[in-house]
Amino acid sequence: MFITKYIKDVYNGVKSLLVGMKRTLYYFTHHKEIITQQYPDNRDTLVLPERFKGEVVMPHDENNEHRCTGCQACELACPNGTIKVIFKNELNAEGKKKKAIDKLVYHLELCTMCNLCIEACPSDAIKMAQTFEHSVFDRNELTKILNNPGSKIMDGVE
Amino acid sequence: MWSFSNIANNLHEWLSNTFNPTMTLIIEMVLAGVAVIGLFAALGLVLVIMERKVSAWMQIRLGPNRVGPKGMLQSLADTLKLLVKEGLTPNGADKFLFNLAPFIAMIVAMLLMAPIAFAKDFQLWDLNIGVLYVSAVSSLMVISILMAGWSSNNKYSLMGAMRSGAQIVSYELSAGLSVLAVVVMTGSLQVSDIIHSQADGWWIFKGHIPMVIAFVTFIIAVTAETNRAPFDLAEAESELTAGFHTEYSGMKFALFFLAEYVNVFIVCAIGATLFLGGWMPFHIGNWTAFNHVMDYIPSSIWFFGKTFFLIFVIMWFRWTFPRLRIDQLLNLEWKYLLPISMINLLIVTAMAILKWHF
Repeated sequence: MFITKYIKDVYNGVKSLLVGMKRTLYYFTHHKEIITQQYPDNRDTLVLPERFKGEVVMPHDENNEHRCTGCQACELACPNGTIKVIFKNELNAEGKKKKAIDKLVYHLELCTMCNLCIEACPSDAIKMAQTFEHSVFDRNELTKILNNPGSKIMDGVE
Repeated sequence: MWSFSNIANNLHEWLSNTFNPTMTLIIEMVLAGVAVIGLFAALGLVLVIMERKVSAWMQIRLGPNRVGPKGMLQSLADTLKLLVKEGLTPNGADKFLFNLAPFIAMIVAMLLMAPIAFAKDFQLWDLNIGVLYVSAVSSLMVISILMAGWSSNNKYSLMGAMRSGAQIVSYELSAGLSVLAVVVMTGSLQVSDIIHSQADGWWIFKGHIPMVIAFVTFIIAVTAETNRAPFDLAEAESELTAGFHTEYSGMKFALFFLAEYVNVFIVCAIGATLFLGGWMPFHIGNWTAFNHVMDYIPSSIWFFGKTFFLIFVIMWFRWTFPRLRIDQLLNLEWKYLLPISMINLLIVTAMAILKWHF
């Protein structure tokens, strides 16, 4: 019936508006819910979310070993040519030649933090760091070599 | 005891003793004008910072917190910035109307200040058709908006102005009908009579549910009339950049901005006067002790407290509800608010005749 529907419409409309107003009143009175980070002031205590994407880094363990096999999956995955893998040949224990990375060059100035290289990496050799204050005066400093000098691949990573 | 009316009376006596009657009248008019302009400036500053803080807290933000203690001087800094900015007039604009429009907006807001009772016996002009005067003058506001939209020679401005025209023409009706509910109960259009009729209880309590419905309708209608969200189709930032004041800059823009806030204050003051008793303290029937305690709070505090509460409610609407589309806006008025307030007025009239109110 028309009039029942009309009254029901008004009732439901008012009710849903009141639900919204209750929520905003809750936020208005509960200042502990405020999510604003006052960044330069709270620099020392700043807590970033776990999945924050700051820059690509390659973790090394205490023996200066990384997990990168030089498969170039990251280089292929990168949409704008941020990563270049440069190889060298290494002799392994049996005297065989083996391909290994010499340098993993990372151009921070080209990176869009899209995370595709990390997803492409089959051996979890690179990850996103939580640093984000990247400003420098010389842009050459933005071209980074991710593997430490003298580092080598971890045993057992193929 | 200290009160606004004492100050006004002392000033009047001193002026009458010092000058002749004509001079006294002129000086009093100038003083009233200066006081109104001062009130405007203060209201602009207070309401802008209040709006920014309320919006921030409702959106889980901090809001302005750098200028002055807790950011309280932010609106002062903004005003200074607007004062030193150049007020551009676009080449294609109708220059006379373009420059006139913001002043019309301010003049309308000033005219509306006249019948408002700010405290006990403290009122600029207690004319016998106060409520009618308010509803008549407040609809002049649309002229300044239409003028600004048309003379800007800008499609967005004109669209905003036209929407605003349609909106005010529609919502004026339900605002008028809900105001009529109080007029029917009181039997007078005079603001002081309406306030005195609420000495034993405000109309929103005395009038039972029909009065509450009238109050809610009134608040919705005046939110639409002052072009504030969720009815801010006239300036709809996301669709029309800034609607009718897209082309304005500097102090001319600030005048529109100020007029919006002053209008919010005025409609809230009218709402507080009609439904919440204006400067009348909160009284409960026969509780003499309680009523005496309430009387000790100055009447101006009662008035401004109620008004600012209503302003907060309107801000609360703004930061909770999404904007309506133009067809939804007109549906809400013509299909819901108008029939409801008409039936409500009928019930209120029956109540007034049969003396069903307290």
